[in-house]
Amino acid sequence: MTIGKNLTVAIMDPPYESATTATALRIIDAALRQAQVVTVFAYEGAVSMTMKAQQPHANPVKGTTVEQEEHPTTKDWIAGLFALARQTGAKLDWINCGLCVDERGAGETIDGPRRGSPKDFFEAVKLSDGVIVIPTH
Amino acid sequence: MARFVFVESRDPYECADCARFLDLVGGVRRRSHEVTLFLVQNAVLAAREGASHAGGYSDLARAGVAVVADAFALRERAVDRLASGIEPSGIDRLVSLALTPQTRVIWH
Amino acid sequence: MKILSIVDTAYRATLEEQDDTILWLNHALRNNGAEVSILLSGNAVNYAVRGQDAAGLAFGDRRVAHPPRLDEDLARLIAAKVAVFAVEEDMRERALPADSLVAGIEKLSRAGIPEAIERFDQVWRW
Repeated sequence: MTIGKNLTVAIMDPPYESATTATALRIIDAALRQAQVVTVFAYEGAVSMTMKAQQPHANPVKGTTVEQEEHPTTKDWIAGLFALARQTGAKLDWINCGLCVDERGAGETIDGPRRGSPKDFFEAVKLSDGVIVIPTH
Repeated sequence: MARFVFVESRDPYECADCARFLDLVGGVRRRSHEVTLFLVQNAVLAAREGASHAGGYSDLARAGVAVVADAFALRERAVDRLASGIEPSGIDRLVSLALTPQTRVIWH
Repeated sequence: MKILSIVDTAYRATLEEQDDTILWLNHALRNNGAEVSILLSGNAVNYAVRGQDAAGLAFGDRRVAHPPRLDEDLARLIAAKVAVFAVEEDMRERALPADSLVAGIEKLSRAGIPEAIERFDQVWRW
């Protein structure tokens, strides 16, 4: 781990809609193995990634049950990232933009993420060694 | 001299302004900065040897841009042979670059 | 820290947000002390045209009370001392009417962008 390094990542895409979600989570995973603090600012649709109510499902085309399909949910992937942070000793600060949460009804989240605002994003940026803003289209 | 990392996630087959993004990359390189072009997601479709848009990436490599393709994205799309000047790498390299002091990361 | 925010996606969710969320975000950053500038590129250069009118939208009896006024939002950013640039070629390709543009927007040629971004510590595309 690179001692003392801070990375801030801003993401916007909702889950299950683009390739960006997995790329962003891969970056965060890699960052938790290198940096001391990783701040994620989830804006717009990205706030849905941590919704507690996400459910896996069966796959009738493949003929699999819920158990067999083991369909990923982004909330579980992100829970995995929080667990990784505990393991590496890094801090993962996942901030969901509060107004985006409100308009999407995405307030019930897994443990770990917190509600925040653009101010929190800017405060994190000021303390960061690196910033990656991942746009949407 | 400054450091720039340009991340291209979009492919030139679908995206009308991908060529302009590569022009920007080349323009920054011509100003003698240290430049990396990191290809992720469908951008790697144009990295395959013989691909019709691969020349854009290879030209940048010849101009001194480090052109790197996400190894996972390559494997995901079975891109086995890369156009000249492009090297595969893990996503951890993108993080490492972003954490290098005074580096600007610009994502398309 | 000087920040350049590049906006090129336009009219994305602006009706249900009653704003462009990226112009809004950057205005919020400015309000929190960020030294932010905006570069409009691609279709977003159209935000510079005065007179955009999204009024009158309704879904059943639910009307959109405050449609976005993106040209006015840009003017407010400029009034808040945010430098707003627009890519000259993108404006020309879209035939933006020169006599109907928001005042205070600075044109920047594509060829000038590599030099321009050197002035900023962070360059973010949204």
